[in-house]
Amino acid sequence: MIEVQRLMKRFGPKVVLRGLDFSAHAGEFVALLGPNGAGKTTFLRILASLSRPTAGVVRIGGYALPQEAAAVRRTLGVVSHQTLLYGDLTAEENLLFYARLYGIEHAGQRVKEVLELVGLERRRADLVRTFSRGMQQRLSIGRALLHDPQVLLFDEPYTGLDQDASAILDQILRTVAAQGRTILLTSHDLARAEDLATRFDVLSRGRIVASAGREALHHSGLLAFYRQALEAA
Amino acid sequence: MERKPLALTVLDILSALSLLIATYLALFYAPTEAVMGAVQRVFYFHVATAWVGLLGFLAAGFAGVMYLVRHDLKWDVIEGAAVEISLVFFFIAIALGSIWARPVWNTWWTWDPRLTTAAITELVYLAYFMLRQGIEEVERRARFGAVYTLVGAVSAPVTFMAIRLFRTIHPVLFGASSEVAKGEFSLAPGMRVAFFFALFAFTILFVDLFWHRIRLGRLAARVDQARLQAG
Amino acid sequence: MKPRAPFLQSVWAILWKDLAAELRSRELFSGMFIFALLVIVIFNFAMELDVATRRSVTAGVLWTTFFFAGTIGLSRSMAMEKDRGSLDGLLLAPVDRAAIYFGKMLGNLLFMLLVEALILPLYSFLYNQNLFNGGLFLVILLGSLGYAAVGTLLASMSIQARTRDLLLPILLFPVLLPLVIGAVKASGGYLSGAAREEILPFLNLLLTYDVIFLSISYMLFDSVIEE
Repeated sequence: MIEVQRLMKRFGPKVVLRGLDFSAHAGEFVALLGPNGAGKTTFLRILASLSRPTAGVVRIGGYALPQEAAAVRRTLGVVSHQTLLYGDLTAEENLLFYARLYGIEHAGQRVKEVLELVGLERRRADLVRTFSRGMQQRLSIGRALLHDPQVLLFDEPYTGLDQDASAILDQILRTVAAQGRTILLTSHDLARAEDLATRFDVLSRGRIVASAGREALHHSGLLAFYRQALEAA
Repeated sequence: MERKPLALTVLDILSALSLLIATYLALFYAPTEAVMGAVQRVFYFHVATAWVGLLGFLAAGFAGVMYLVRHDLKWDVIEGAAVEISLVFFFIAIALGSIWARPVWNTWWTWDPRLTTAAITELVYLAYFMLRQGIEEVERRARFGAVYTLVGAVSAPVTFMAIRLFRTIHPVLFGASSEVAKGEFSLAPGMRVAFFFALFAFTILFVDLFWHRIRLGRLAARVDQARLQAG
Repeated sequence: MKPRAPFLQSVWAILWKDLAAELRSRELFSGMFIFALLVIVIFNFAMELDVATRRSVTAGVLWTTFFFAGTIGLSRSMAMEKDRGSLDGLLLAPVDRAAIYFGKMLGNLLFMLLVEALILPLYSFLYNQNLFNGGLFLVILLGSLGYAAVGTLLASMSIQARTRDLLLPILLFPVLLPLVIGAVKASGGYLSGAAREEILPFLNLLLTYDVIFLSISYMLFDSVIEE
């Protein structure tokens, strides 16, 4: 589903990603870990088609970036720590807006479905600026799911969420993962990713330095794996 | 690129020499104009500096397009150098224009369409530098610089036409139809030599300064890069 | 599966979104309107004019007011997208970047026209001058269009810079000059009942400006919002 080879990204003289290789099959749930400044957000932005790679190959769902960006955008749903929502519109209006941008047919129906999925049906007519951070994040996930994307990217989605909200987010993630979508989630909080992901990759200094499946971590534990990966790099 | 290329040194000498010659021609060789007197000699440098300003303007526009097409930062350096040079030389041209205007028409500013367009373009240049200053990220700074350069480049001819249109309704100088008022006078042969040589000398000066400035820009970029790698 | 959402639908969606949001908050509109009102009042006291002279500067006063108030609307319209990261939301969608440009541009144009529609009668009322003039309306439409065209592009850049609010007028006004000349002269012409031949060249100028800057802004917009 996601294929990345020798990805390089530089901002002027500063090189952020140096020859990054990554891949994910359909249905995999990859947790991308790494210290701040390692390049996680840059990597995600490139996958999300928001940033152009300086060099390398990036393919999502078979489509190449940046040439076939429009096709990629149809296959992708992105949730970042910014909500991407309009505070002065209601939950329903926000989703309707995005539904129109994605050219979704029977938008009203689909919006209703999504609102139910994220548990915000009852607040559909309320202005988003009255929502708590947790609710906004939930609605943001709804926005990302509107067009039924095969690939989902989450960039630090737990930022600013309290315990309850995090638990709800966990639940939604579980549901979504069970639907067979390919998911990539970045987090600097190890505990969050542990239960959900099928695979753990560590990104350090612009490269993926370690990757381990769930079962392999049973013995050593996630924290040890992470520390080891960073030291070895 | 450590050592200064020989060609550049040669060019330095050539520029200095031709400037000296041009000055001699303008101040001594060329005959004094009958009506305006000695102050008319300013004209040779006035046009020549404006010409350099125009060269810089065109170079900047070209570099802007090239950057947007190629995304190669070297075009950004070239663009910045061109804008700087054009900024300075248009300023000199405007100043010389004022010096010329005062004794001849008893006013510092004549709202001449060409000079006024140059002045507005100076404002565009200043805005350009302000824009670049407000952006940290190198790639975005270059991209925005190129975009604004193009907007400015397109607006200059339109501005010129607009001011000319405006001026036909509001002539500033009395008897504006007379030759002298428009600043026209016939060029005697001696004057022609001084005029064209001044253009030639300043063109060489332009290339010389441009080259120097681009080198400076490239070196600065390398310093930035080294600083980033060290830090 | 079509690769892109239909162009017009996207433009309309973005326009509608801006209108709906503005209807709720009224931030843009009230900011622009109050500013415009203040400018007009200040003009009155700053230039104490007799009736005849005041009539002759009406076009200039109006357009100065519109241009300055307009920067407020432009800034806030683009800032709204940047601050909540919703510009990313727009970019993530399979939407033609040009649709984003036209959607925002039309929104900006509409807000300007709205403010102008309120200021005109107010000015008429305060200074007892009849501004109900078809020619004037045409000029206001053309002038505002050119303004919104360049302004949307430049505002997209200025909000991404540190010095954002300060930067927009500095970027905008030098390149706006031909529009200023065309708009003020043409408006003045219509208000004073000047002959057709006198007004036409300035209308022409306005039209030319609009066409040129609409094209160039829409072409360059991509480079400004995409990394």
